[in-house]
Amino acid sequence: MSEEIQAEWPLYEVFVRGKRGLNHVHVGSLHAADDDMAVRHARDVYTRRNEGVSIWVVRSNDVTASSPDEKDPLFDPSGDKVYRHPTFYDIPDNVPHM
Amino acid sequence: MVEPVDHESVYDSLLGGDDSQWAFGTDFEDPLAGVDTTVPDGVDHHDLAIYCLMLADDALVMSHRLSQWCSNAPDLEEDIALANIALDLLGQSRLLLARAAAANLSVVPAMPHGSPVPPEDALAFFRTDREFLNVRLVEAENGDFGQTMARLLVFSTWRLAIFQRLAASRDTVLAAVAVKGVKEMTYHRDYAGRWFMTLARGTEESRRRVVAGLQAVWPLQAELFETHSVELSVTEAGVGVDPATVSAEVQVLLEQVLSMSDVERPDIGALARVRGENGRDGLHTEAFSLMLAEMQVVARAHPSGSW
Repeated sequence: MSEEIQAEWPLYEVFVRGKRGLNHVHVGSLHAADDDMAVRHARDVYTRRNEGVSIWVVRSNDVTASSPDEKDPLFDPSGDKVYRHPTFYDIPDNVPHM
Repeated sequence: MVEPVDHESVYDSLLGGDDSQWAFGTDFEDPLAGVDTTVPDGVDHHDLAIYCLMLADDALVMSHRLSQWCSNAPDLEEDIALANIALDLLGQSRLLLARAAAANLSVVPAMPHGSPVPPEDALAFFRTDREFLNVRLVEAENGDFGQTMARLLVFSTWRLAIFQRLAASRDTVLAAVAVKGVKEMTYHRDYAGRWFMTLARGTEESRRRVVAGLQAVWPLQAELFETHSVELSVTEAGVGVDPATVSAEVQVLLEQVLSMSDVERPDIGALARVRGENGRDGLHTEAFSLMLAEMQVVARAHPSGSW
């Protein structure tokens, strides 16, 4: 045990995969004392209505995020590059999740 | 075209329009609808009904005690975890009460003529404390979180061992309830065992509390392994489980958690029977009457109510 007892458990981000073959989706966050407990808390909090077949958790501190201040240089340049979008193809109706 | 993503609900993309997660539909019809409830040959209908009440009442009362943690648990996450476990047990109880009524309708309390209250609700809300057949372990007050975890560990280890055997019951309804319950209680046991160990190996204060909690519930664990005559009868008929037969396994499993937690097995005698009776005979402690009054008050105020 660490000498210092923290008043609050660390925050975790939770990702759930709904079905085989789909990607994990960020569903929210929760508090837990350690990684194992975070998985179990995620099971109890985010998969109680049969939403998931797989759970990932990661300490929120370990997520490196872009800053809102950088929004213009990071994202605005892609706003007018219509040729980067694959919108000139027809996707058959029986191809799911596109 | 790329489908627009609804950023308001992450679950839309998780579920992809599949609404099968609403596992129980939207209505609350007969929980055994479409199930063959014929009692197997050679099984006494009344004994089977009473045995189902025993198993149902254990789950119902434990569920109610756990639900009392709602909004009071140490953390939001534990609040939800305890409510989930309470709901699992409530579901087991509902099926077992319905099974008891289907085996022998005479165990169901008489309701006013035309009352829409289904048999499982009548059994849950219109029996007196003397008619409940749960073990006394589940009716004791919650105590603190440590004591609640100690009780849940003992209870779920015991009930899981029984349900694992009950899955081979000749009564197909009981067998199906057991198969479903085994998955649920494997999680309950894991949850309680982890917390017991965490608290026992945590701070001085958490250890003191969980050890005191274990000592508080220990006098009530011996009763779990005492065989009632009805339990013996249904075991001989191949539909039930004699609780004495799971004693050795449960003690080994508890010993594993205790030794990993560095906690001594309590050396405390069993809570005595009263005039030779215990929970399985309908003999309960004072805490139970108070709990039951709270649990039943709304239903009893509206015996013709529809929920």
